[in-house]
Amino acid sequence: MDFIQQFINGLSLGSIYALIALGYTMVYGIAKMLNFAHGDVIMVGAYVLSVAAVHMGLSPLMSILIPVAVCMLACTVLGVTIEKIAYKPLRNASPLAVLITAIGVSYFLQSVALLIFGSNQRKVNSVIPKFSVSLGEIHLSGEAITTLVVTVIIMICLVLFINFTKVGKAMRAVSEDKGAAQLMGVSVNTTISLTFAIGSFLAAIASILFVSSYGFVGPYSGAMPGIKAFVAAVLGGIGSIPGAMLGGIILGIIESMAKAYISTELADAIVFSVLIIVLLVKPTGFLGRKTITKV
Amino acid sequence: MLKRFLALAMAGTMALTMVGCGGSGANESAEGGSDVIKIGGIGPLTGDAASYGVSTKNGAEIAVEEINAAGGVEGMQMELLFEDDECDEQKSVNAYSTLMDQGINVLVGSVTSACSIAVSGESQKDGILQITPSGSAKECTATPNAFRICFTDPLQGQVMAEYIQQQGLSKAAVIYNNGDEYSKGIHDAFVEKFAELGGQIVADESFTTGDVDFKTQLTKIKSSGADCLFLPFYYTEVAYVSEQAASLGLGLPMFGCDGWDGVIKQLNGDTTNIEGGTFLTPFVPTDSDEKIQAFVSAYNEKFGADPDQFAADGYDAIYAIKLAVEQTGGDLSNDALIDAMTKITLNGLTGDMTFDENGEPNKSAKVAVIENGAYTAKN
Repeated sequence: MDFIQQFINGLSLGSIYALIALGYTMVYGIAKMLNFAHGDVIMVGAYVLSVAAVHMGLSPLMSILIPVAVCMLACTVLGVTIEKIAYKPLRNASPLAVLITAIGVSYFLQSVALLIFGSNQRKVNSVIPKFSVSLGEIHLSGEAITTLVVTVIIMICLVLFINFTKVGKAMRAVSEDKGAAQLMGVSVNTTISLTFAIGSFLAAIASILFVSSYGFVGPYSGAMPGIKAFVAAVLGGIGSIPGAMLGGIILGIIESMAKAYISTELADAIVFSVLIIVLLVKPTGFLGRKTITKV
Repeated sequence: MLKRFLALAMAGTMALTMVGCGGSGANESAEGGSDVIKIGGIGPLTGDAASYGVSTKNGAEIAVEEINAAGGVEGMQMELLFEDDECDEQKSVNAYSTLMDQGINVLVGSVTSACSIAVSGESQKDGILQITPSGSAKECTATPNAFRICFTDPLQGQVMAEYIQQQGLSKAAVIYNNGDEYSKGIHDAFVEKFAELGGQIVADESFTTGDVDFKTQLTKIKSSGADCLFLPFYYTEVAYVSEQAASLGLGLPMFGCDGWDGVIKQLNGDTTNIEGGTFLTPFVPTDSDEKIQAFVSAYNEKFGADPDQFAADGYDAIYAIKLAVEQTGGDLSNDALIDAMTKITLNGLTGDMTFDENGEPNKSAKVAVIENGAYTAKN
């Protein structure tokens, strides 16, 4: 019984990692850069949600929909703005410069949140209606079910979008060869901006589900989940969308099991060790070979 | 790791800029003037722990004003000189030197444990009476000149072990922060005392600073057959645990330590999941006690907020000094004051207390229960 519940705990944790990892892998797959500020966009989204949810007095449905819409809009705009200001001027710079810039953006967002909201954790009310499924001793919270379902739906939508739409084709072309894509009439800048918009939109969904599960947000709330999701994306094969999903779920379950049966203090160390071992055996991650960038 | 390093570097830079502005409050009163008792205070007025230092300073100021308005002590007025240490040990020692240069008679501080220990290394050489209002680590009173107002960490664990067993509960589950001395200190003493009293620790789980997912630990506790949950850590994590315990359908009574103070605000006043939670605290602002209500209204009037336990500790520290000076009959020499401390009985905001030669207060524990979105005192 205990084992099954721990498995479910891992699943719900893993689906959040998977959701964040989808954003990472999407941006990496197309724009070929690691957006380390992704976790912090999620943190900003959570703050936006908490601020937007305060001004209520509306019908119950609207008081959920409006904050969610505001959060999605804010994250998308933020993502595109970051891309325009910080990453676009570095389009032809070395990948290392872009990586460092991304880390800088991450710190910038954290510091701004620290300045505005202070270091205390802020309570955010869940926007997911309260429900839970109980089977005897096993509890499955509404947040966990919602997160899992949403993550699967998003994964499927993304795969379909990238493989079967015109814009998706343009994205694949840009990821393959920017120069050639431009010669074929694909607007590289618009395509990359769009990629960031989608990635940040995913961050908004992740932030909504993340705060609904945990209930609080602080300036550093996005940092650790961001790193774990990055690990998940690498584990599954960075650039591969189903890989991010698989990596996230596996990571969540490993973390939960390690905490339950080995040691809570060592759980993170175990998680990162698994990453190292997988990369030694299969450097491209689980689904790395099937990456969409190589279609 | 990199993040932590950067944060430290930034804090360092800020600290440096702050130092330049400090020390402007130096008082140039007459040398050796026997009509003033100079009380030095040290605590963090800026930085992460600023709320502790500011509260302590505010509480102490109210006590000083009250005493002076009532004619002072043995014909002398009190004067409080407070220095910022930003919760940094080196700065705390510097603040101590600044205060000594200004000729203080007694020291209240530092507010936080590590700083208090650092300062007592110096104050011991000068032999000055040092009272830390809220330094709860055991070593804070290691030197003969050091006293404290608050409970020690191990004492909190012992008292709560007794209290929980008095409620007829004997199978405890514990979660603690393995990366925090405060949490670990309370945990270790609790586990030892609980077993000694005939109880059983059926689950002993830990986490590390920064964790937000406690479902794994709570799942193990759920199947452990525990009849109560002891959570010796700060309110931020308590809020997480209480919500996740509810989502797993745990339904155990929860107990905690003084770090819980602030949990209602953290939960935005929605205490459904922590209703009935009981924790040890030296001070509850809603206590119906006359003395406490007078303090709360004075504090509100002056600072526009409800006082917390740090404010009460600061207030009590000043009154302890008043009693000690009365005990010596106005003699402000170090040895006389230190000796007097062990003879006084303080009816403080944080309880009636006496002090032993080790500098530890003997006082009874107060327990607060979270009921209908508020802390209720329960003695």
